[in-house]
Amino acid sequence: MKTDIILSGVGGQGILSIAASLGAAALNENYYLKQAETHGMSQRGGAVVSHLRIADHPIYSDLIPISNADLILSVEPMESLRYLPYLSPEGSLVTNTAEFVNIPDYPDLEETFTELAKNINIIRIDADRIAKETGNPKASNMVMLGAASPFIAIHDEIIIKGIETIFKAKGEKIVEMNIEAFKAGREFTLSKS
Amino acid sequence: MQRKLLMGVEAIGQAAVDAGISGVYAYPGTPSTEITEYIQHNKLAIERNIHREWSANEKTALEAALGMSYAGKRSLACMKHVGLNVAADVFMNMAITGINGGLVVVVADDPSQHSSQNEQDSRFYGKFAMIPVFEPSNQQEAYDMTYEAFEFSEKTGLPVMLRIPTRLAHSRAGVVSRPVQNENPLHLPSNPMQFMLLPAYGRKYYQNLLDKQNWLIRLSEESSYNDYFEGKDKSLGIVCCGIAYNYLMENYPEDNCPYPVVKISQYPIPEKLLHKLEKECDELLVAEEGYPLVEEQLTDFFGKGTRVWGRLNGALPRKGELNPDHLAKALGKELKEPLKMPETLAGRPPSLCAGCGHQDSYEALNEVIADAGNGRVFADIGCYTLGALPPYSTINTCVDMGASITMAKGAADAGLVPVFAVIGDSTFTHSGITGLLDCVVEKTNINILIVDNETVAMTGGQDSSAKGRIEKICEGVGVDPEHIRLFVPLKKNHIEIVQIIREEMAFNGVSVIIGRRECVQRIAKTKKMNKAIKQV
Ligand SMILES: Cc1ncc(C[n+]2csc(CCOP(=O)(O)OP(=O)(O)O)c2C)c(N)n1
Ligand code: SF4
Repeated sequence: MKTDIILSGVGGQGILSIAASLGAAALNENYYLKQAETHGMSQRGGAVVSHLRIADHPIYSDLIPISNADLILSVEPMESLRYLPYLSPEGSLVTNTAEFVNIPDYPDLEETFTELAKNINIIRIDADRIAKETGNPKASNMVMLGAASPFIAIHDEIIIKGIETIFKAKGEKIVEMNIEAFKAGREFTLSKS
Repeated sequence: MQRKLLMGVEAIGQAAVDAGISGVYAYPGTPSTEITEYIQHNKLAIERNIHREWSANEKTALEAALGMSYAGKRSLACMKHVGLNVAADVFMNMAITGINGGLVVVVADDPSQHSSQNEQDSRFYGKFAMIPVFEPSNQQEAYDMTYEAFEFSEKTGLPVMLRIPTRLAHSRAGVVSRPVQNENPLHLPSNPMQFMLLPAYGRKYYQNLLDKQNWLIRLSEESSYNDYFEGKDKSLGIVCCGIAYNYLMENYPEDNCPYPVVKISQYPIPEKLLHKLEKECDELLVAEEGYPLVEEQLTDFFGKGTRVWGRLNGALPRKGELNPDHLAKALGKELKEPLKMPETLAGRPPSLCAGCGHQDSYEALNEVIADAGNGRVFADIGCYTLGALPPYSTINTCVDMGASITMAKGAADAGLVPVFAVIGDSTFTHSGITGLLDCVVEKTNINILIVDNETVAMTGGQDSSAKGRIEKICEGVGVDPEHIRLFVPLKKNHIEIVQIIREEMAFNGVSVIIGRRECVQRIAKTKKMNKAIKQV
């Protein structure tokens, strides 16, 4: 078993909470994990990416080879496209549709996504809206994790335990709300396929 | 065994504490910062109350670490690659004095320059100083090698350099720890003149260092971190340094690399293993993260004209980080045609945060420069370096920490009037004060803008040694108090700020203009920390 995930977004969007939840899940299950992140300069509103690799055997490289990612999980639509060369042709792309516009030349991506969808499996989800609907507008990243979870080779119950582990310190209510968000995201993707 | 998910930098911090250090000395710098931050928050480090405050710069940090070693205790110093340039004087000389308590210098390199001015390879410094260099290939090795480095340092009587690249520094994996060791007792060097580099002593100690070199090579050959892996196909032998080994093995998921491989994680290079590889194989490929150090060394090493492939002859890229795909290509593997990044994508460069005071300082400075003329703003390193990009495009230089004031001085000496220096509070106390002294001594016509956000923002909001001290430092150095001016960088103060800069520009002498408002990210961080403390 192995799942190679490219996590992407914009500095400050908190993609690392997604990585941390999956990391905790992997560790609970005694899986091997490597997760390379971006720190420093690129965090100031720039593009950020994390390579997350989970397997039941030791992993060598911290970086995912080109055309090898099983999943691109992006909390921002344009950023989901920046790392396409990493995606395996059989892989899936799951992205939030909420645009983060902090540059003057943000392109219209509708056509690009339509074109791409002919060849690869794409799930586009308005995670911000779904997070609001579940009563936890701050949990859109967990909605995204839920939406991507059908493409991750870890049982969803185990990912939920991972979410519990990392939000535990913030109290039961926060844990509950994040799990709700996760489930809503998962529901969205399952209803599409 | 309990595995803990740790970044390479965290594994190093944990290992150093477990190995019984009595202090960490560091100045922040990506990707090394989190080693010290990890120790600052580590329970055992807090219980033992080991030294863990930030130093003013890398030179003061490394010198203090050496002082702690003099007193017999184990010490750790951490910095980014360019930080070692600042600390190079003590670094080179402490190879000659040797150490008393174990001393490890962690240097974090940044190939591909994710957040640095260059991608220099610190292993060259290690070779230059003739000290042992450890280069772990993964997080567990980062832990184990750090843990063992202190004992190794004490055994050899030398400081040990531990070198990591960004990818290892900022990547997580499960790590198993080892038993906690006690701190060393205080004990002075048995030779009271060990740290006395008067030439008569220095010559003798240099000879000692030279005499140790063969022993160090032998220790490298015996090290469990350097390895020889047999392979059936002798048409090629592969040398992999540090994490390059992972990129090679990623191409052989069944652990079935057909070629013999030498993995190097400890220097000086293990000569025996390399001779064996050369003898068995027709040609060699050297994969190393950084400059072609081993490749250059091996090119003439065997004296037989053996072909050595690597970064110098295009088998691997000449610069930048390696990755598994580079190795695949070098090994002649067929790669699938990857999906293409759509051409419509726009870049997303980093930018100053909304509400950042640096913006207000640059708005005002731009208005003044519009009259004074372009090409005269010498700046420095920090968040404010983003002022080089639109929409501000205010600053003209960023070279090395502190160079704003001194380069502006040189330009002023050349006759450029007016000149401006823009420097952050932390950069000012890191390396700006001596340059200011030069200006004061020579009454240079210079306008120095200290953009004081009361923190080291670029690296994540650490405490700044400058906090609450800048005016006094400037006065102490000899700046006329009338020309030390203060403003609050806020939009509503724009007219006042422009006025202050204009007045000081008209003055023929040293002016220091301080714009002070706390970094908004640092404010948020403090709030978050206070909340976390309350919850506990
Ligand atoms: C010699 C050296 N050490 C460390 C760094 C890493 N570094 C870059 S900017 C910076 C500090 C910036 O602090 P400050 O001057 O207060 O500016 P701010 O980022 O807060 O605006 C540091 C530590 C470096 N580039 N060079
Ligand atoms: S981190 Fe602080 S200093 Fe840096 S850009 Fe943001 S607000 Fe400005």
